[in-house]
Amino acid sequence: MNGNAHQREGNSLELHKNKLKTSIKGTFVLIVGSILILISMGLSIAYGAADIKLGTVWEAVSHFNPELTSHQIIQEIRMPRAISAVLVGALLAVSGAVMQGLTRNPLASPSIMGVTDGAAFALVITLAFFPTATMLGLTFSSFIGAGLGVILVFTIGAFSKGGLTPVKLALAGVAVGSMLSAYSSAIALHTQVAKDMSFWYAGGLTTTTWGSVKILLIAGGFGLLLALYISRSITILSLGEEVSKGLGQNTLLVKSLGVIVVLILTGAAVSVAGAIGFIGLVIPHITRFMIGSDYRWIIPISAVFGGLLLVLADIAARMVNAPFETPVGAITAIIGVPFFLYLARGERRGL
Amino acid sequence: MTQSKAKQKKFIVLIGLLVILTVITFIISLNLGVVRIAPLDVFKTLLGMGTARDQLVLVDFRLPRMILSLLIGAGLAVSGAILQGVTKNDLADPGILGINSGAGFMVILFIYFFQGSMNSVTTFGIFLMPLFALVGAVIAAFLIYLLAWKKGIDPVRLILVGIGVNSGFGAAIVIFQLKMNPQDFMQAAVWLSGDIWGANWKFVAILAPLILLLLPLALYKAHTLNIMNLGDQVATGLGIRVEKERRLLLLVAVALAGFSVAAGGGIAFLGLVAPHISKRLIGPKHQLFLPITAVLGSFLLLLADTIGKNLLAPTQIPVGIVVAIFSAPYFIILLMKAK
Repeated sequence: MNGNAHQREGNSLELHKNKLKTSIKGTFVLIVGSILILISMGLSIAYGAADIKLGTVWEAVSHFNPELTSHQIIQEIRMPRAISAVLVGALLAVSGAVMQGLTRNPLASPSIMGVTDGAAFALVITLAFFPTATMLGLTFSSFIGAGLGVILVFTIGAFSKGGLTPVKLALAGVAVGSMLSAYSSAIALHTQVAKDMSFWYAGGLTTTTWGSVKILLIAGGFGLLLALYISRSITILSLGEEVSKGLGQNTLLVKSLGVIVVLILTGAAVSVAGAIGFIGLVIPHITRFMIGSDYRWIIPISAVFGGLLLVLADIAARMVNAPFETPVGAITAIIGVPFFLYLARGERRGL
Repeated sequence: MTQSKAKQKKFIVLIGLLVILTVITFIISLNLGVVRIAPLDVFKTLLGMGTARDQLVLVDFRLPRMILSLLIGAGLAVSGAILQGVTKNDLADPGILGINSGAGFMVILFIYFFQGSMNSVTTFGIFLMPLFALVGAVIAAFLIYLLAWKKGIDPVRLILVGIGVNSGFGAAIVIFQLKMNPQDFMQAAVWLSGDIWGANWKFVAILAPLILLLLPLALYKAHTLNIMNLGDQVATGLGIRVEKERRLLLLVAVALAGFSVAAGGGIAFLGLVAPHISKRLIGPKHQLFLPITAVLGSFLLLLADTIGKNLLAPTQIPVGIVVAIFSAPYFIILLMKAK
C-alpha cells in the first residue's frame, strides 16, 4: 500500500521532471530559433543584385534615410520579402502540424491535401472572370479555393472504405490536385491568363509587398492564436479518437476548429506566395522528433522552424542561379522529397 | 468450355464495337478543326484528289497527329495494364508513379541543352528524343523500384514512393523550365500536362515501329501475367521465374510509357482508367484484356484530343488536361471503393 503510494509519487515526480525538461528545452529551442531567424533575415535583406552590407541593413531599420537608394531598396523590396518569407514558412508549418495532429497521418500537409491546387483554381477563376479584382479579392478567393481543396480531400477520405490511411490521403490529394489543376489550366488557356498563373504555380516571394505582410500578420496572428488555443486538445486527439472522447472532449468541435485554422493559415500563405510545398510536411516531423508529442510546444516551434526554413530557402533560391531566381518551391521540394520518401518507406510511427 | 467460348464471342463483339467507335471518331476528327472539311472532301483528299489546302491540313497536320494519338493511347493504356498486373495494385499508372515525369525531365533537359528551343528541334533531335524519354523513364522506374525495395516490394510503399519521385522530378523540371525563355516555358508547361506535339510524319515513322513492336510483346507475355496474378508462390510453383519475368514486363511497361511521353507529354490517368474499364468489360484474362485495353486507350485518347481541339475552339485544350478532367473523378471513385 505504502510502497504503491510511494511509487505513484515517484511517477508523478518523474512526470513533473519530464514536463520541466520539455519546457526548458522548448524555451531554449524557441529562443535559439528566433535568433537564427533574425540573422537569416539580415542575410536575406543584405543579399541581392545591389550589394548591401549587413551594417547598412541595421541602419536602414534604425535610422531610415529616404534619400539613400540602398535604404529604399531595403525598406520597400527586401524587408517585406524577408518578413513574408518568415511568416509564410511559419503559417505553412503550423498548418501542417495541425493537419498531422488531427488526421494522425504522417503524410498530411498542405501541398498533399489539394489545398494549393484548390487555391490556384479559385485564383484562375477570379482572374479570368473578374479581371479587376483587388489584392483583397484575390486573397479572399484563394481562401475559398484552399477550403474547397481540403474539404474535397477530407470528404473523399471520410466516405471511402477503410478511412483515411496515409496512402489514400496521398492518392486523394494527387487526384483532387490534378483534377483542379486540369480545370485551372483549361480555364487559364481559354481566357489567356495562363501567363499570370505560370509563375504563381512555381511559388515565389518576388511579388511580396507590405500589403502581403499585413495579410499574413492578420490571418497568421488569428490562426496561430486559435491553433495554440486548441493545441492541448490536439495533443489528446492525436492519441486517438477513443481516448479523446473518453476524456470528455468534444472531438467534433476540436476538429472543426482545427480545419478552420488550417484554412486560414494555408489560405493566407498560398495567396501571398503561391504553391510552396513540403514545408508543412517536413517541419512538424522535425519538431516532433526534437520536442515530443505535446502540441503546445509543437505549434510554436514549428512556426519558428518553418519561418527559418523558408527564409533560408529563399536566399538559396536567389543564390543558386544568380542573377536569375530559382523558384523557391523547387528548393523546398529538393529538401522535402527525400524526406517524403523516407516517411513513405518507414513503418507507421505514431504521432 | 462454353463459358470460354462465350467470352471469346464477347471479346470479338467488343473489339469490333471499339474499332467502329474509333473509326467514327477518326472520321469526325478529320472533319473538325479550325478549317472544316466536308466528309466527301476528306475522302477525295485522302485519295489524292483534293485541293492543295485540304491536302496540307489533312495529310500534313491532322493525320499524323491523330495517328500519334492512337499510338500513344494504346501505349499508355497497355503500360498501365502491365504495371497494375506486375505490382498487383489497381491504382498503378505511369503518370501517378512518376515514370512519365522522369521521361519528361529527360526530354526537357535534352531540349534545354541540345536544341535551345522547343521550336527548333532538328530532324536528328526527333530521332534522339524518344531515346532520351526512354532513358528518363527507366531512371525513374529504377529509382522507384530501388527506393520502394525493402525485403520485397509492398504495393502501398511503391505508390507512395512513386508519388514522392514524381514530385521530385516535377521540381527538377520546373527549375529547368524557368531557365528557358518565357515562350518555351509556356510550351513546355502545356506539353508536360500532356499535349501531342511535333506531330509530323517523321515522328510517326519513328514511334510507330517502336510501339507496335512492344504491344505484341506484351500480348505474348499475357499468359505469364495471368499466372503472376495468382501470386509469386503459385507462379514459382508453375515454373515461372518470377523476378526475371517481372523485370522484363516492367521494362516493357516503362518503355511504352517513355515512348508515349516523347510524343504526347505527361498524360496521366489514361494508363489507369483504360485497363479498369476494359477489365470490367471482359474480365482479367490478359489474352483478351490486353487487346481491349489497347484499342480502348487509342479510342479514348483520340476522343479526348478531338474534344480538346474543338470544344473551346479557337483555344486548344491540351489532351492531357481533357483526360484528367474526365478521369480524375473516375479515379476518385475507384479510390473510395478500394480498401
